[in-house]
Amino acid sequence: MKPTRNSHQARLGSRQQRKKAKHLGLHLLLITGSVVMLVPFAWMLSTSLKEPGDVFIYPPQWIPQPVQWENYQETVTVMPFGRFYLNSAIQAVSVTALQLLTASLAAYAFARLRFRGRDLLFMLYLATMMIPFPVTMIPNFVIMRYLNWIDTFRALILPPAFSAFSTFLLRQYFMSIPVEMDDAARVDGASSFRIWWQIILPLSGPALATLAIFTFLGQWNSFLWPLIVTNSEKMRTLPVGLATFQGQYSVQWHLLMAGSVIAVLPILVIYIAGQRWFVRGITLTGMGGR
Amino acid sequence: MPAASLSERPLSPAEQRRLRWYRLQRAYEGYFFLAPNISGFLLFTAFPVIASFALSFFRWDLLTPPVYVGTQQFKELLFNDPQFRRVALNTFYFTFGTVPARVALSLFLAMALNQALRGITVYRVIYFMPVVTSLVAAALVFQWIFNGNFGILNGFLWGLGSLLHIPVHPPDWLNSTKWAMPAVMVLNLWKNVGFTMTIYLAGLQAIPQELYEAADVDGAGEWAKFRNITLPMISPTTFFVVIMSLIWALQVFEEPYIMTKGGPAFATTTLVHYIYLNAFRWSRMGKAAAVAWLLFAIIFVFTWLQMRYQRRWVHYEADQE
Repeated sequence: MKPTRNSHQARLGSRQQRKKAKHLGLHLLLITGSVVMLVPFAWMLSTSLKEPGDVFIYPPQWIPQPVQWENYQETVTVMPFGRFYLNSAIQAVSVTALQLLTASLAAYAFARLRFRGRDLLFMLYLATMMIPFPVTMIPNFVIMRYLNWIDTFRALILPPAFSAFSTFLLRQYFMSIPVEMDDAARVDGASSFRIWWQIILPLSGPALATLAIFTFLGQWNSFLWPLIVTNSEKMRTLPVGLATFQGQYSVQWHLLMAGSVIAVLPILVIYIAGQRWFVRGITLTGMGGR
Repeated sequence: MPAASLSERPLSPAEQRRLRWYRLQRAYEGYFFLAPNISGFLLFTAFPVIASFALSFFRWDLLTPPVYVGTQQFKELLFNDPQFRRVALNTFYFTFGTVPARVALSLFLAMALNQALRGITVYRVIYFMPVVTSLVAAALVFQWIFNGNFGILNGFLWGLGSLLHIPVHPPDWLNSTKWAMPAVMVLNLWKNVGFTMTIYLAGLQAIPQELYEAADVDGAGEWAKFRNITLPMISPTTFFVVIMSLIWALQVFEEPYIMTKGGPAFATTTLVHYIYLNAFRWSRMGKAAAVAWLLFAIIFVFTWLQMRYQRRWVHYEADQE
């Protein structure tokens, strides 16, 4: 049976309507999901601006009345959040810079240079990537104690600064750059160091940026290692400082939430400003598995 | 050819020296590039791996000299340590409670986002927000949300109950041995679902659209398309996501450490928390190292099983050609 023009149009129309209904349903679903994702942030902010007495009332109040900005002042007075910021920034920036530098040098050697034992060493790097952090954590702590590095920036920065994973990731990326680029430069008399600096690194911008973002983020939020190698308040990083704060002000939710907002806000702002890079990074580094 | 004549011409001593120097440089420069990284790698990764393995055969409280005890600590842990059994079971409970939910939920969200919808970027930004958030701050808020008397979750449940005229008695989540772990799982899901969703989204976008068009021509329904195109085509991503989620879940620490301190009554103490307690609270460095190696063994077994059985369900394009 041949469909007439009209029934054909009707079918198209109903398909479009079905599509519209489907999209509406999807939006409803995704909006519900978004609310679930956002409620903790909203509740954090709301509680951080309440008077201590308004924290424990039922039904819960979403808009604080009056808005108590003084909570933030109190939080930074009782706990040196400025210092925590500084420590976290120094740690995260240094680790990221050192990791990128040392890993890109090593990755260049693994990807491009020929020397005895190269493949064996690379295998050694690969083999350690599967080993979980708690295995190496205890001897590293003992090393820090032995070197008298406990409660110093050296302990916060140096052990995480050399990463087998970063080396592996960059090596894989360098392998995808055509060797002809190096050869051309070498014919022109460029040294290996110069090729690394002027050819390989500039061509690896996206991979380096991704690695920098995720290393920085991981370090900024890292908890267990800073927890065990720092013990004075002035060496605490932001996450550890926040945990100590929790220990001392356990039911003062308005202050704890103000501290949480202080800890979360800058990274959220950076993320929202550069969100495309985060998403692209996950896709680009092959973390997508394909 | 100038190049040929160049190599045939006898080299002057100066040129020979330069050539030898160049060859020497090329043979050894690799080590110089490697040196900064590998010195740190050997000191902070390779050596500690060996050291912690050795340490697991000693009792050591950091103050008195270590005492060699052979495999005794492993035997104790495996056969005679109810606490270890408890934390291992907790960790498995957490792992099997979160990983399937995480994989399913993130695939579902990724598929919803992969439609030609308006405002996808906004959704993606929102779902990814918890990923960049400090876990300690997130755990603090969830501790507050799950508060039995004043938390908004129970507030919401009470409100819902009175609206529907059903009496509800929500638990005091974090003080209940039964409900504390599910609360910790919820935090973990909230925190990580955006990450795996983004990975899935990248995988979904790589599926050739023609496959769906061909299925449309054949009159396939949504479910058939999902079952016969999406699932097999996305299976390499699923494989990756499952392995990574398992490895991370088995090492869970911060969520329960902040939310419940491992309580009540060790109901949420995990393996890594147990390592932390042994090493840094009870000064049992050797035992902590032994637990760490058992954790590694567990992770290794899970990963190996996944690798071994992937052929049964992971579909690689290359196999077909």
